Amino acid sequence: MNASAATSINEHEIDKFNALAASWWNPDGPSKVLFAMGPARMGYIKRQLVSHFDLDANARYPLKGLKILDLGCGAGLISEPLARLGADVTGIDAAQENIMMARAHAKQTGLDIEYIPTTAEALVIDKKQFNAVVSLEVIEHVADAQDFAKSCHALLKPGGMFLFSTLNRTLESYAVAIVGAEYMTRLVPRGTHEWKKFITPAEMAEILTVAQFRSVRIEGLNYQPVHKSWAIGANKSINYIGAAIRIEV
Amino acid sequence: MSEISRDVIIVGGGLIGLTTAHALATSGITSHVIDSQDITATVDPLYDGRASAIASASVKMLKLIGLWERLAQSAQPIWEIRVTDSDSPQFIHFDAAHSNESGPNESGPNESGPLGYMMENRQLRAALQGKARESDAITLHAPVHITGLCQSETHASVTLANGTVLKAPLLIAADGRKSWVRDQVGIRTSHWGYGQAAIITTVSHREPHGDIAHERFLPDGPFAILPMLDDAEGRHRSAIVLTVSEATGHAMMALPDRPFQAEIASRFGDFLGPVAVISKRWSWPLGALAAEKLTTGRVVLVGDSAHGIHPIAGQGLNLGFRDVAALAEVLTEGLRLGLDLGDQVLQKRYERWRRPDMMLLLGVTDGLNRLFSNNLAGLARLRQHGMGAVNRLPKLKKFFMNQARGEGERQPKLLRGLNL
Repeated sequence: MNASAATSINEHEIDKFNALAASWWNPDGPSKVLFAMGPARMGYIKRQLVSHFDLDANARYPLKGLKILDLGCGAGLISEPLARLGADVTGIDAAQENIMMARAHAKQTGLDIEYIPTTAEALVIDKKQFNAVVSLEVIEHVADAQDFAKSCHALLKPGGMFLFSTLNRTLESYAVAIVGAEYMTRLVPRGTHEWKKFITPAEMAEILTVAQFRSVRIEGLNYQPVHKSWAIGANKSINYIGAAIRIEV
Repeated sequence: MSEISRDVIIVGGGLIGLTTAHALATSGITSHVIDSQDITATVDPLYDGRASAIASASVKMLKLIGLWERLAQSAQPIWEIRVTDSDSPQFIHFDAAHSNESGPNESGPNESGPLGYMMENRQLRAALQGKARESDAITLHAPVHITGLCQSETHASVTLANGTVLKAPLLIAADGRKSWVRDQVGIRTSHWGYGQAAIITTVSHREPHGDIAHERFLPDGPFAILPMLDDAEGRHRSAIVLTVSEATGHAMMALPDRPFQAEIASRFGDFLGPVAVISKRWSWPLGALAAEKLTTGRVVLVGDSAHGIHPIAGQGLNLGFRDVAALAEVLTEGLRLGLDLGDQVLQKRYERWRRPDMMLLLGVTDGLNRLFSNNLAGLARLRQHGMGAVNRLPKLKKFFMNQARGEGERQPKLLRGLNL
């Protein structure tokens, strides 16, 4: 489906997705882990963007003026915070259902976000480019990680920033992926996790370098049972998050 | 029917509600503040004759949020607190110089500042309201009644009696001990009465008070003398808070002026020369209250809607200010991460941060009141020993000192004098 057909869907149909969106957006629902990760992930993303684009971290709308693509946006759990920070956000997801839920929710929260049911490859063909591409918990689901990185490169303006998070391929992540299977299978509705496809931080750095990215940095994303929250840390054995810059030329 | 969105809705335009609005405004968080009363009438000295002890940590916050400049000239510093028991020669002596780790030799009183300040509530209200009217971030709706409150997946909204609907991702209940919001959202409370009343009045005395507060544990209940600034006629003044049984309270409120004055003067003593009652008297029934939880859905409780404590330690308002500082910090962090301000993650952080402090102070004030409002011989002996012990044990004394200053563990940034 292309973008113009998608946006022509009328408002009543969007409302039908309210109930589904409510379950996605329920902090105790299937996306519970993603909710809990929210502050740590957004903290990391904002710090990277503020530092790379030399923005004012304490401004009310620090990301104002940045065009950001949320690639694999789901119901908009990251698109909405980015939009609240002032970014001009486009959220894409291959699953039409996700896009409908994301639109329904944004309508309720009153945020102006463009949600399109499409793929990275389709946007590349349309020659769309952004200041930043954010793609969280996506690369472990794609058919070919190197091709995916190449698409992300093409979707960035020169000097643009790519932000990603994914799961490491370790015994710990294997356990977590099995235990967490329920939430993760809902993360990307048309895919299931295949532990073999998980990418180690070293492989990720290699993939990005080959795809013409520079300044690759990676941090761990760790659960802290004592604080019942997630935090950026040194341990990359399960979840990790990172950023890289598209080489300018 | 108009509908206006802002970042938060604050129900209650009193001391805590408006302080919350100002604290949030420093981070650019906009608010609707709603009060059913004509709040301009609350600055009249006949409406509320109370004065509040404002801990030095609370003063740090009032400075950061731009209120102190309006308050400084009406603030009476407290440099020393003397606690005495009626039939005990021992007294606990807290002074500003002793509250720092370094002790008086390395840091003089001027470096550490006063323990706190006395401020008339009406002056606090006047400053809060004046600044709110000048602020673009704060919209005042008062007096107006709320006819309905509802919560959706993404917003809380209230309908006002004039048909206006106000909408925000978060609703903050600052509507006091009998919180209407708390009842609407079904948060239950534990509450108990003390069978006591606080009688409040103002006296003048011939000699200056020397910036010293006194707390005396008299046989019929605690008697507090709190220094105030001289009045316009140059009279030296102190605020009086007399805690007595309900029956005694009724009797004292019914007394003609001269015998009432004699009752106050006999408790006050003559150490500052002759004493005269120079204001109306007010009586408040005393009780304690704890909300079973501080948040639900898109609603969060602050100040007296969350907790009511015995005024024995003069900490009620400061406890509320700590709620404000913690909530402002949590919401500012949320705002800067682009989170929904009604996000559960933020509300849980606020609850986890505030509940231990709230329960500690409820317990401590409850215990102090039981200890000091009792005339049994055994308890009297215990508290005599207790007071000697507080003076002798530096760590215990420091705990009480820090409570007076409002400087417990893990204080929010605003109370440490740090910008959000």
